[in-house]
Amino acid sequence: MMLNIKDLSVVFTDRGAPFTAVDRFSLEMDRGEVVGVVGESGSGKSMTAHALMGLIRRSQVEVTGSALFEGADLLALSRAELRRYQGRDLSIIFQEPMTSLNPTMRIGAQVEESLRIHEKKLSGPERRARALEAMALAGLPEPEALYRQYPHQLSGGMRQRVMIASALVLRPRLLIADEPTTALDVTIQAQILETLKDINRREGTAILFISHDLGVVRALCRRVVVMRQGKIVESGPVDQVFYHPKEDYTKLLISSRPTRRKLRGGGSNG
Amino acid sequence: MGKALLKRVLLLIGTMLLVSALAFVAFSVIPSDPTASILGAEATDEQIATLRAQLGLDLPVWQRYWNWLTAFVTGDFGQSYKYDKPVAELLADKTGVTMVLAAVSFVLIAAISLPLGLIAARRQGGLVDRAVTVLTQITMSVPNFVLGIGILYLFALILHWFAPEYVPLSQGLGAHLRYMVFPALAIALPKSAMTVKLLRGSILGELDQDYVRTAYSKGNSQGSALRRHVLRNAMIPVVTFLAMAIGDIMAGSIVVEQVFSIPGLGRILIASINNRDYPVVQAIVVMLALIVVGCNFLADLLYRVMDPRIERT
Repeated sequence: MMLNIKDLSVVFTDRGAPFTAVDRFSLEMDRGEVVGVVGESGSGKSMTAHALMGLIRRSQVEVTGSALFEGADLLALSRAELRRYQGRDLSIIFQEPMTSLNPTMRIGAQVEESLRIHEKKLSGPERRARALEAMALAGLPEPEALYRQYPHQLSGGMRQRVMIASALVLRPRLLIADEPTTALDVTIQAQILETLKDINRREGTAILFISHDLGVVRALCRRVVVMRQGKIVESGPVDQVFYHPKEDYTKLLISSRPTRRKLRGGGSNG
Repeated sequence: MGKALLKRVLLLIGTMLLVSALAFVAFSVIPSDPTASILGAEATDEQIATLRAQLGLDLPVWQRYWNWLTAFVTGDFGQSYKYDKPVAELLADKTGVTMVLAAVSFVLIAAISLPLGLIAARRQGGLVDRAVTVLTQITMSVPNFVLGIGILYLFALILHWFAPEYVPLSQGLGAHLRYMVFPALAIALPKSAMTVKLLRGSILGELDQDYVRTAYSKGNSQGSALRRHVLRNAMIPVVTFLAMAIGDIMAGSIVVEQVFSIPGLGRILIASINNRDYPVVQAIVVMLALIVVGCNFLADLLYRVMDPRIERT
């Protein structure tokens, strides 16, 4: 088992009354597996992802439970120890491709940043070569030209691909995709999903895919957990959850069929 | 960048023409004639008329302005009425003195505010942050000549860190700069306070941006995220502010020069206004305007270099 999350809870302590955003979340994931997490906004799914990635400020929030990643408890590691995993073994892409890239830094520098941090011995040309390779893997056309460009010169879909490239540059074992297609229009969404699927197949990267849309999750994952108000309310094989949801809530998360047909049909990888 | 640059240059020239024309007209409509201060009260009408013709004062305003302008662009700033010397010659070393004062002030502002802004933002609510907030409020509300008098009193008369007597460059660069630090401090402190406030706010605003979260997710420490990502973005408004502040620094220099008896542009400007020595006043006004407009122009260029989002076509 690659990842074993047990009783992960996230409690905000900076307000008057403590607020539980994630309540005893447990999940196991094997290497190369693609697992979906669905839930409405505010259900705690993104918070779970951020807690795993160590992106929650520890001073304002209490994170309890354990998340063993290849034997190391991500929640118990010190900041410095955790940094050795971030960007190398664990990567994340976010919901907001428009704002998740640094506006004053060239694409190339952002894609190869994890290399600069974790593989200090690499020379400039070596870093560049690996960045270009990751950009090609993320389905970016003409990586050489893009390398010198700035984020504002790219569309949302392209920026999300840049995020994917920079997340994959060190071939992490786990990619957390936090609603990566929500901000994109439907055709681009389908293409990005294809790219993620492709990466999973070719590189064996495990993906924890977070979405509010069960239809989208179904296009990518075989297993899914459904979250509501911080708790897991349902889990199992995606088809079972999709066709025989136990909860009315889960039914609400199943998107309309036309979207799903488009997803299946729009397979070309741009 | 060519088109935008051309537009800025044209705007700069237009602003300069407007400023110089306004200054020229202002001096020609205020009562009292320069001939009175040159010839004295006893002068006959005939003498005054001769001198007016000699100085070209009998011509209409627009023609005098045109004559002045055409001479100015060739580097001829005219002749001082009072000192009977070319204005350029008269102002040369005085400009140098004021420029040194302004430059020292600018360096002080950068040296004080950049580290403090960074610390205040990093340790939000910490001791430095709170101290800076209080000091900011105080220094922002004190005019620089009051601050100048305070500094003179404290450092020269009580602490004896320097003698309250101007040290010219001829006594050595080190001694000159050492003296200049104190008046420069009077100019720099209020501006530093504003810069600290701006930089602190700018950094805190940037820290909330999504790209900083991305930076952390790649394994950046707080320090490296700040250095490699936040600082450049946070500096964009600060650099613009600093470049624009150069105008205020020049104005501040002129006031503070009076307090510290520095023979710079400020002193001769005030003397020349009293003497109705208009060519001198005109030259100083235009020069200061040129510095201010030039710095704004520079800020604009810098802004374009720092922020790739601004279209360069």
